[in-house]
Amino acid sequence: MAAMPSIKSREIKIVQDIPVSKTLPFWEGLKQGKVLATRCVNCGKLHFPPVADCSQCLASNMEWFELSGEATIETFTHVVVRPATFQHEKPYTVAIGRLKEGLRVLAWLTGFKLSEIKVGMKAKLVAKITPEGNPTYEFTRPE
Amino acid sequence: MRKVAIIGVGSSKFGVRNDVNVAELAFEAFKPSVEDAGITPKDIEFVAVGSTGAGAWYEELLPAVVSAEYCGLTGAGLMRCEAACASGSAAFTAAYWTVASGQAEIALALGVEKMREIDTPTMMEWIGRAGYYLWEFHNFGLTFPAYYALYATAHMAKFGTTEEDLALVAVKNHKYASMNPIAHLRNKITVDDVLSSMVIAAPLKLFDCCPVTDGAASIILASEEKVRELKIDTPVWVAGIGYASGTANLSKRLDYVGLEAAVSASQMAYRIAKTSPDQIDVAVVHDCFTIAEIMAYEDLGFCKKGEGAKLIREGQTEIGGKIPVNVDGGLKAKGHPIGATGCSMIYELTKQLREETVERERQAPMKNYAALAHNVGGTGHYCYVTILRR
Repeated sequence: MAAMPSIKSREIKIVQDIPVSKTLPFWEGLKQGKVLATRCVNCGKLHFPPVADCSQCLASNMEWFELSGEATIETFTHVVVRPATFQHEKPYTVAIGRLKEGLRVLAWLTGFKLSEIKVGMKAKLVAKITPEGNPTYEFTRPE
Repeated sequence: MRKVAIIGVGSSKFGVRNDVNVAELAFEAFKPSVEDAGITPKDIEFVAVGSTGAGAWYEELLPAVVSAEYCGLTGAGLMRCEAACASGSAAFTAAYWTVASGQAEIALALGVEKMREIDTPTMMEWIGRAGYYLWEFHNFGLTFPAYYALYATAHMAKFGTTEEDLALVAVKNHKYASMNPIAHLRNKITVDDVLSSMVIAAPLKLFDCCPVTDGAASIILASEEKVRELKIDTPVWVAGIGYASGTANLSKRLDYVGLEAAVSASQMAYRIAKTSPDQIDVAVVHDCFTIAEIMAYEDLGFCKKGEGAKLIREGQTEIGGKIPVNVDGGLKAKGHPIGATGCSMIYELTKQLREETVERERQAPMKNYAALAHNVGGTGHYCYVTILRR
């Protein structure tokens, strides 16, 4: 089909400032090599991702704790066709792991060959700073 | 609640529709639906529009307003509904409620989506953000195929479902799309074609994924009184709508082998419609990826948990099988214009129940004149299940 006649829309650049004041200890913790989660002081529910407000009892009294990082991989995928803002990355593996504490985490899985990765295998959740300087976390080979 | 009937349906041609803008595309579906019902735009008191990409993958921020003006609907009650890929079903539900509650005699559900005005990596970006941006996209770049690939990996590990089983879904749906003149992808394919197509998000490959499609579908609903007054000869009745939702974070789901929201929504729909899976003559299910159709068989109770692959292997979801599924080509091959899909499903089922599909080879045989639509938004974030009866 020949290209259809069209006109270009006006161009805009969109960058949002995402507030993190209520989860700041988490982002600061990553810079210190720790992955933190929250525990509701009122009802005891554990939360990852960390939250300021409890969806179970609606209390807003959280305490921070460091996750063990000991995880079992429940599922994974290898992302080959990447979105616009990840075009500079090589294909990456994303996994969901269940931690010893019972919480699940979704993150990249590194340090394994793709053929080595199996549902049910052990991995370690660690904090990381990306080459661009952004705090993040990932699953990797346990020591 | 009053009884509500579908009295008119229309659909645009699905595909890459760079010949039309969003309002013009909506018109293509709207006009035949009005003609089908034998009414005029002025008879429509309330309009619910399903569309997801307003301002993101197409330029208009208020598609309900521009489509309504273009179709001569200005003045009617108007809203846009967002339930991601189930926005069309959300709009259908809103239109249903206005008639069922007695607020309106005639209402319209209009689904429309223009997805091909931007480049593919940007499209992958927008749809990848349709989960929990902060926690599952920002640092990890999940794409939509990748979200469903997480389910595919778990389903394969737990139940022994294979890549060949997934491929069979694509082969079936392309076969029926080849018979459907409004479908986007009308080529027949083989299992080998699927297996040898490029990996998108392992284990899902290109032919496991629905295309990025432009399209619109329009559904007109009316009260029982109006059905009599307009002398509608084949009204299709809304027997029950079920709905439910799932967590934004995939990490908070119970497991990765089915969608809890789909199980809950279907149980609600069966209960309201006073029916059961074995009474359904034909179904359209949300096969945005091949694994999604296999999980849908299980979530809807067409087979036991873990036996979805067996159902497709045995051909039970083809015409002549136990429960024909996606005989319009499904999202996989008819196409998935996100906000239009829910209305497009209702369009197909209405045609099936009236026994007026264009091509006889894809008309499902009717015993109970009962049909089911399963429309998932996001990765099990929203789910609507609608049961229709003639």
